[in-house]
Amino acid sequence: MSIPALQLSAVSKIYPPPTEVTALDEIDLVVGGGETVAVTGASGAGKSTLLSILGTLERPTTGTVRIAGTETSAMSDSQLSEVRATRLGFVFQQFFLLEHLSVLDNVATGLLYRGVPGRARRDRAAEALYEVGLASRIGHRAGQLSGGERQRVAIARAIVGRPAVLLADEPTGNLDSTTGAGITELLSGLAGDGTTVVLITHNAGVAAAMRRQVHLSDGRIVEDKVVS
Amino acid sequence: MRPLDAFTLAVTGLRAKRVRSALSALGIAIAVAAVVAVLGIAESAKAELIDQLGRQGNLLTVASAETINGHKVPLPPTAEPMIARIPPVQTVTAVGDVDNVTVRRSRAIPDAQSGGMSVLAAQPSLPATMAAHVLLGRYLDASAERYPMTVLGYEAARILGIGDLSTPSQVLLGTHYFTVVGVLAPVDVAPEIDVAVLISFGQAATVFHRTDGPSRIYLRADPDQVADVASVLTGTTVPDGRNDVQVRRPSDLLLARIAAKGAFVGLLLGLGGIALLIAGVGIANIMVISVLERRGEIGLRRALGARRRHVAAQFLLESTMLAVIGGVLGIVLGVVATAVAARLGGNPLTIPPIALAAGLGAALLAGGLAGLYPAARAARLSPTEALRTL
Repeated sequence: MSIPALQLSAVSKIYPPPTEVTALDEIDLVVGGGETVAVTGASGAGKSTLLSILGTLERPTTGTVRIAGTETSAMSDSQLSEVRATRLGFVFQQFFLLEHLSVLDNVATGLLYRGVPGRARRDRAAEALYEVGLASRIGHRAGQLSGGERQRVAIARAIVGRPAVLLADEPTGNLDSTTGAGITELLSGLAGDGTTVVLITHNAGVAAAMRRQVHLSDGRIVEDKVVS
Repeated sequence: MRPLDAFTLAVTGLRAKRVRSALSALGIAIAVAAVVAVLGIAESAKAELIDQLGRQGNLLTVASAETINGHKVPLPPTAEPMIARIPPVQTVTAVGDVDNVTVRRSRAIPDAQSGGMSVLAAQPSLPATMAAHVLLGRYLDASAERYPMTVLGYEAARILGIGDLSTPSQVLLGTHYFTVVGVLAPVDVAPEIDVAVLISFGQAATVFHRTDGPSRIYLRADPDQVADVASVLTGTTVPDGRNDVQVRRPSDLLLARIAAKGAFVGLLLGLGGIALLIAGVGIANIMVISVLERRGEIGLRRALGARRRHVAAQFLLESTMLAVIGGVLGIVLGVVATAVAARLGGNPLTIPPIALAAGLGAALLAGGLAGLYPAARAARLSPTEALRTL
């Protein structure tokens, strides 16, 4: 059996006082390479915490996280940054585009912390923009784009480094349903290239577009099904 | 991340908030300009004073000391020719106070209003000995011994309102009108000449019946033997030792002024330092606000793989760059201010290199220190916390 892209073993996350909320409670989750996973659940079920821990943005209170088979709990902050730069891509509900930069430079920022030279960054950013269907918008400023276009730019930025895993937090949350459907299609299409996609969503339609659906409730996985 | 990328990142960060960046840099610029201008202007003025000191350092005066009842005993008439005979003495000139004579423009002005001016009997050798320039007209010549002519000191001309000799002007000395034939430029080492109305010894004798010896003698000695000459002046002036005389070196006044300027520079530099501190606090403030506003960006960069030190470097570079831009602008402003001040004051333009280095160094230090806390704050931010904002 091949090494899983992501593997959580008995992961718990308890936030420190005063809240002392148990966001995740002994989660076990294995995501194979090229899988598409939708994580669903009510607000406060622990979806965002799960994504942060999968993305090494946060450390679990107990349990282990393996990324491509490598244990991350002993890693330093710098080593975790390196893992994010080389193996993971992120897409957020709020896009987080840098408004004062051009579309091309926003996407090129995805390679900035990998030490790729400027010209190569821009060349690869142009390719990524072509893949998300925004080749015509290269020279525009981020502020001039529509919501759907902005999220496409964010996706291009996430995939420009060809990460093994793409983590998306409510990627369609700020978009209307038609635009959202286009984004969902784009994300599920990435799996065809071997990219593992894990996305959080409230939207049943978006979740249905992913092959595997994991449902969280009160920090536990209550349902984990693969739709064939 | 490459150094060039870090630099570009800081530039784009600053350009994103142009007005804010420009205003922060302006604060530093004003402070640095103040420091550079204070040092530059002080140095230029000092250069002028030191220059004067070199030219005026060999000037000595001999005056009769006042007696206990305030009465001045004139110097012996032999004093001036005797002093002229001391070998290192180059030039010598004598002046005599013409007491109890008022100075007015006309009889319409009450005689109590003499404006603090005094009438002095002077010799033709005065301008050469005092290195005094004639600003308008000419100096007293041989004919002045016979006719009522006067040359005004710079301040006296100003007080009397005589700024132009194209139409003949007269001043009323006591009850006699004198024609103004010239005005002297300011004499820094002898302010008493500036407020004087000069007439010839001949006119002083015939019109005001002043037949005493001189009240004061000015002389120039070989610059290397000034002290030696000063030591024998008393004996030469009053060989019998019956009267006291005061020997003075007017250039001591310049030394005092240089010292006073030094004290002022210290004070003004202190103020410049405070201005720089305020500007630095301004930058720190702007950077803290910037970190708060850009939490999303910080979170995104951490998600893209930026290490803590990348984030810290970005903010530190931004604040340092702001300060350097301000510093360079401030140096330019400071040099321009110094040049203008030097030109207005008629001083040579002197900008000490230390002023430029100190200005830029202080700006760098202010920017670096101002950026430390915001940068540390940005770097400490946890990625999830940063991303949760907006």
